[in-house]
Amino acid sequence: MNVSISLPMPARRGRIDLSRPIFVVLVLVLGLLVVLPLFWLGYYSFLDQNGQFTLANFSALVTDPTLRRPFLTALGMALGVGVLSCIIATPLAWLVARSDLPGRSAIRALVTASFVTPPFLGAIAWEILAAPNSGLINVAYRSIFGLEPYEYLLDIYTFEGLVFAIACYTFPYIFTLVVNALERVPSDLEDASSMLGGRLSVTLRRVTIPLVLPAILAGTMIAILQALTMFGSPAILALPAGFHVITTKIWSLFQYPPKPGLAAAAALPLLIVTVMLLWGQARILGRRGYTTLGGKNSEPRIAKLGRWRWLAIAFVIAVLLLTVLMPYAALLKTALTRTVAEPLTWSSFTLHHVNFVFFEFSATKLALRNTFLLGFLTATIGTTIALVIAYLVTRRSIPGSQVLGYLATAPVAIPGIVLGVGLFLSYSNPALMLYGTLWILLIAFLTIEMPAGYQQLSSAFKSVHPELEEASRILGGNRMTTLRLITAPLLRSNVVATWCFVFIGTIRELSATILLTTSETKLVSVIIYDLNESGDLGAISVLGIMLLVISFAVVIIANRLPVLGGQRLPAAR
Amino acid sequence: MMKRRTVLQGALVSSLALFGTGGLAWAQAPEPYEPNQEMIDAAKKEGTVVWYTATDVQVAEKVGSAFEAKYPGIKVQVERSGAERVFQRISQEYGAGIHKADVVETSDAVHFILFKRQGWLQPAVPTDVAKLWPAEAKDPDGFFAAYRAHLSVIGYNTNQVKKEEAPKSHADLLDPKWRNRIVKAHPGYSGTIMTGTHALSEALGWDYFEKLAKQRIMQVQSSTEPPKKLAQGERSVMADGNEYNMFMLKESGVPVEVVYATEGTPIAIGHAGVLKSPAHPNAAKLFYAFMYSKDTQQLISDAGGLRSFHPEVKEKEGRTPLTQIKILYSDPAKLEPMIEDIKKKYELTFGT
Repeated sequence: MNVSISLPMPARRGRIDLSRPIFVVLVLVLGLLVVLPLFWLGYYSFLDQNGQFTLANFSALVTDPTLRRPFLTALGMALGVGVLSCIIATPLAWLVARSDLPGRSAIRALVTASFVTPPFLGAIAWEILAAPNSGLINVAYRSIFGLEPYEYLLDIYTFEGLVFAIACYTFPYIFTLVVNALERVPSDLEDASSMLGGRLSVTLRRVTIPLVLPAILAGTMIAILQALTMFGSPAILALPAGFHVITTKIWSLFQYPPKPGLAAAAALPLLIVTVMLLWGQARILGRRGYTTLGGKNSEPRIAKLGRWRWLAIAFVIAVLLLTVLMPYAALLKTALTRTVAEPLTWSSFTLHHVNFVFFEFSATKLALRNTFLLGFLTATIGTTIALVIAYLVTRRSIPGSQVLGYLATAPVAIPGIVLGVGLFLSYSNPALMLYGTLWILLIAFLTIEMPAGYQQLSSAFKSVHPELEEASRILGGNRMTTLRLITAPLLRSNVVATWCFVFIGTIRELSATILLTTSETKLVSVIIYDLNESGDLGAISVLGIMLLVISFAVVIIANRLPVLGGQRLPAAR
Repeated sequence: MMKRRTVLQGALVSSLALFGTGGLAWAQAPEPYEPNQEMIDAAKKEGTVVWYTATDVQVAEKVGSAFEAKYPGIKVQVERSGAERVFQRISQEYGAGIHKADVVETSDAVHFILFKRQGWLQPAVPTDVAKLWPAEAKDPDGFFAAYRAHLSVIGYNTNQVKKEEAPKSHADLLDPKWRNRIVKAHPGYSGTIMTGTHALSEALGWDYFEKLAKQRIMQVQSSTEPPKKLAQGERSVMADGNEYNMFMLKESGVPVEVVYATEGTPIAIGHAGVLKSPAHPNAAKLFYAFMYSKDTQQLISDAGGLRSFHPEVKEKEGRTPLTQIKILYSDPAKLEPMIEDIKKKYELTFGT
């Protein structure tokens, strides 16, 4: 078929259209990335310690209280996080999108900052702030009220503390979705409500909120999902409090003597719950269509807050203080004083931790090198693959190209720690010994970041009309040449944004990383975790601030550099 | 499938593979040896000794330099990682027939039970060990001996707790006044604490842990962590943790103090052994003997705060000599089959 079509086109003679072989290679690569770890996960869950077939791993999930309990705790925690994030994010989103509150763009920027903050770093910052005895808030509380040494206001090492510390870094998911929805709700429906005499509160309750409810629910599901699959924050806060969630339990199954079969079995229900949540989210978002079906796209109505203004400002300040400003200040202070307890003054100021991290601590250099090497490679390779896939899928140039889209999206349903278990089982045998090398981490990061990269780029492709590409093809360019010379430059800003998104996602990853690193393949996120174990909060703060500064620098450079032509904040979407 | 499964077991869960295999008949301990000129010359020809160690990297490097100074021309290649990782590497390498290591040393005595059972060590007994080491600190068949030891102690922050109010025993920790104020490390993540938990449960019964769990302790993982939480002032008392970390903190002026409980203090012994097929057989034995010499043992005591079984080693000022401390030993051969059990019981009692 192909031959007969291409024959009449003289310019293409002697050239091969590479898109078909590329398609086959991509299907194989993605299949390997996604299917292989899941296959070994399933396979191992049926093996006992001696490699014999067994169902004992699954029955242990039900009968063994040390496995059952972490599941229930994790579900409770995730629901708590969902509800709390929703309570924080929804009013904030409305205020930013629909009110005359001053400083709305600054609020958005700060919420983005909490988005970029790795949750484990936030948890450590909250340890510094609210550990019952040494926590800065509790120290201040005691000295203000002149209380006994062991009185405390807040204890972060509790179930509630954990829920709070996670919600601080998951509410932006809801916030972003709801702001977008509020900006798209056609104001004519609200106009109608107020013309019929509805006051602001009535309009809100009967019109606006029902219209954005799908976005609220979908965001809440993402927050629940994030909390359920999170490893760092529970490991930092739940273990000292004396309870496990499912991710920390799976991790503990790799301590000596390791039980990979049981870990694999424990990972499967997490996978199932994740798939169910995503399915629910997709259904809810699928119904969202009607919110955008307005007549004319008028400007969103801006509500005047009037006397509620001060309450709103207080609420916003409280939220930003708790989620961004106080944790950052705590990290900065800890980085610059010798011990956590002393206040930051000219005399307690020290560069000791900075010096330790950059010049004395032997792991820093290796970890930095590994982290940036992997961040750069994952972002570059991942964006390239995602770009080609998005092109092949959106242009439907090859029969069956939809398969690629499904494969690229599938990893979103695999929690990091589950993927870590699967990859560990897949690539640590003598035939293919990738465990202990950076390759296994590269594979993990590519898999984890593929869905986000693909989604961003495929939506970008949908916005570019294919006529320019057709022109290129008529002039003799094959598909890949067209993609390289025409389409990719048109999508430059989206490509850059995707690159940043993947880069930031990679350098903050911990859930899968924690199972896949060895002493030779340490990453910054892992040494932060290890340093927390040895109690070196000063060094953690220095590393954490560095990680944040680099993340912001990448975002800002990518958005400001005229050559790159970037426009959008990747993290704000 | 079958092939993959067995191969995988060998490498990835190398540790598991060790359990299944049977023992081998071992001989009596060999004649003690003293390095002689012949051995030194042969070692110089080999040029290098490869030491897999779990000792703190700075201390290990110092030991290496001391050896290089004493025997110029022989380089010490220090391969340092955590005890479990050293164990994993030896298991992977010997499982795959790779013989890179000459001398191995970890902080977990159970490892050496497993190494010996696998037949990966060769008998070698330096004269110092034969003459001076107590029987419970060396293998009767001469495959390994205690290179170092450290205690898992009770401790407190002296700013927050007065000396006379400080706990003197494990039983004192159960006093309601310590509720919310104790930090404790975890046997599932630390070999030292596993050893200590075993020793304490034999001495005091599991009942002790049941009661301790009601004190709302702060649970940390590594045995290096409780001393740091004391130093931060986050908790006032630690139920267990490394003595050498306490030494380091105390000697740098941090207000912490060690308590040797009246019921006894658990000890974690770190053995060393010469591998079955070392790449540098003479250098291996030369270095092995050097490790137990008085000077080296003094060095690890001074620089690392580690305990030595060499009777002539002098403790730094301010450190209680081992002879004045009631020690609780844990038999690694008895502990090994119980590890799973203890982890499970611990989780049921403490929640993690």
